[in-house]
Amino acid sequence: MAKITYIEHNGTEHVVEAEPGMTVMEAAVKNSVPGIEAECGGACACATCHVYVDPSWKDKVGAREDMEEDMLDFAFEVEDNSRLSCQIKVTAELDGLIVKVPEKQF
Amino acid sequence: MSLSEIETDVVIIGGGPCGLFAVFELGLLDLKCHVIDILDRPGGQCAELYPEKPIYDIPGMPVVTGQELTDQLLEQIKPFNPEFHFNQRVDALERQADDSFRLVTDDNQVFRTRVVVIAAGGGSFTPKRPPLPGIEDYEGTSVFYSVKRMEDFRDKNILVVGGGDSALDWVLNLLPFAKQMALVHRRDKFRAAPDSVNRMHAKVAEDAMQFHMGQVTQLHGNNGQLEGVTIKTTDGEIHHECDTVLPFFGLTMKLGPVAEWGLNLEQNLIPVDTEKFETSEPGIFAIGDINTYPGKLKLILSGFHEAALMSQAAHKIIRPDEKVVFQYTTSSSSLQKKLGVR
Ligand SMILES: Cc1cc2nc3c(=O)[nH]c(=O)nc-3n(C[C@H](O)[C@H](O)[C@H](O)COP(=O)(O)OP(=O)(O)OC[C@H]3O[C@@H](n4cnc5c(N)ncnc54)[C@H](O)[C@@H]3O)c2cc1C
Ligand code: FES
Repeated sequence: MAKITYIEHNGTEHVVEAEPGMTVMEAAVKNSVPGIEAECGGACACATCHVYVDPSWKDKVGAREDMEEDMLDFAFEVEDNSRLSCQIKVTAELDGLIVKVPEKQF
Repeated sequence: MSLSEIETDVVIIGGGPCGLFAVFELGLLDLKCHVIDILDRPGGQCAELYPEKPIYDIPGMPVVTGQELTDQLLEQIKPFNPEFHFNQRVDALERQADDSFRLVTDDNQVFRTRVVVIAAGGGSFTPKRPPLPGIEDYEGTSVFYSVKRMEDFRDKNILVVGGGDSALDWVLNLLPFAKQMALVHRRDKFRAAPDSVNRMHAKVAEDAMQFHMGQVTQLHGNNGQLEGVTIKTTDGEIHHECDTVLPFFGLTMKLGPVAEWGLNLEQNLIPVDTEKFETSEPGIFAIGDINTYPGKLKLILSGFHEAALMSQAAHKIIRPDEKVVFQYTTSSSSLQKKLGVR
C-alpha cells in the first residue's frame, strides 16, 4: 500500500491508502476526493484529472508521455509540475506522494 | 431561415455508435431514418473523444479503434441510405395532435416523424469554456467558441487560444479579416496539421500576426466589451490588448435540450423499459448511454442490443398492420435483398 495525500485548493487534505497498480486518479475517485472529475475514466482523453505534483516528488513520479502532454493542452493553468493523475501508476516508491488538486478542472 | 419540412419514419437524435446501429436494425424492417448530430461527423464519443484508442469488448472484434468502429458501422448501414444532418442540435421535440412528432433544430430545420429515437449519449457535444473568472459576461459579445460568419470578425483585434486544428485553422482563415491577430498556446508544440503550423510561423515571421507562448489567466474589460487579457508566460505576465477572444479547448458533453422534453429524467438519464426501450412517452425511445434501467451498463454492446429490440417496437407503431416475421440475415433472402448482397 502507498499513502497518497491530495490537497484541495482550499487546503483540505485527504490521505488515501492506494494499492500499487491502480492510478493516482483511481485512488482519488475510489475515495471520493473532490476536484478530480475523470470524465473519461482514465483513458487520457479528457484532462479533468489534472493535479500538481508536489515539487519534492516531481522526479520520482516521472515524466509525461506525449499523449499526456497533448492532453494537458485541454487543462487549465498548467504548470511544470502538472500531471494527469490517470497517467501516474501507484508503486511502492510513491508511498507518501503529495499532489495538489487545482481550483477547477476544465 | 425556414427550410422545408422533412417527413420520415424515424428521426434518430445522435450519431454515436448506438444511433448508427439503430439505422441498421430499423433498416432491416424497412424503416427510413434521418440522423441528427451537433458534431460535424458521425461516431459520437468514439470519433470525438478516442478515435485512435482501442476498444476490446465489441463482440467479434478483438480490437478496434473508435474511428475504425465508426467507419465499419457506416459501411454496415450504407445499404439503408440514412440521411445525416450534422452541425445541428435538436432543440425542440413536441407531440402533435395526430400523435406524430415535430422536431426543430437550431438551424430551424423541421422534421415530422412517427417515432423518435434518442441516442444522445452523454448529451450534446459543446465547446469547453475556460474557467476564467467572469468569462460568461463576454460570451457572445467578445468571446466566441465558434465562427459562423467570418465577416463578423472584420477589423477586430483577435486573440485565438489553443494549439489544435480549430485554433490554427481559424487563425489562418480570419487573418485576412482581422485588424490584428495573435495566437496563444501553452507550449511551442502544436497538435494541428504541420502545414498549418508552418503557415502560422511564416505569418509571424512576416509580422502579419503575433504568437505568445503562455496561458491566458485574466480577462479585462467592461459591460461585455473586452479590452485585453493577461497572459502568463515563462518570462512573467504580459498584458495583451484585444477586443475578441476565440478559445479552442475541445468539446465536452452537456446534456442540453434533452432535459426539456418531459421524459422524467433520473440523474440526467432517461428511464426506459427493457422490452422496447421506450420512454415514458409512447413513440419516443432512448438507447445507448442516455438511457437507464435496472442493471444498465454504459457499453456500446448494450446499446446495440437496445437498438434491435427498440426497432421491433418502432415497427409496430409505424406499420401497425404489418406483422414482423423473425428472420436471420444469414438465410433470409428478403433481408439479403435489403442489404444488397443478393
Ligand atoms: C475514452 C473512452 C473509452 C471508452 N471505451 C469503451 C470501451 O472500451 N467499450 C465500450 O463499450 N464503451 C466504451 N466507452 C463508452 C462508449 O464510447 C459509449 O458507451 C458510446 O459512445 C455510447 O454511444 P451512444 O451512441 O449512446 O452515444 P455517444 O457516443 O455519446 O453519441 C451521442 C451523440 O449524440 C449527440 N447529441 C446529443 N444530444 C443532441 C441533440 N440534442 N442534438 C443533436 N445531437 C445530439 C452528441 O453530440 C453525440 O455525438 C468509452 C468512452 C470513452 C470516453
Ligand atoms: S481521467 Fe480523463 S484524462 Fe485522466
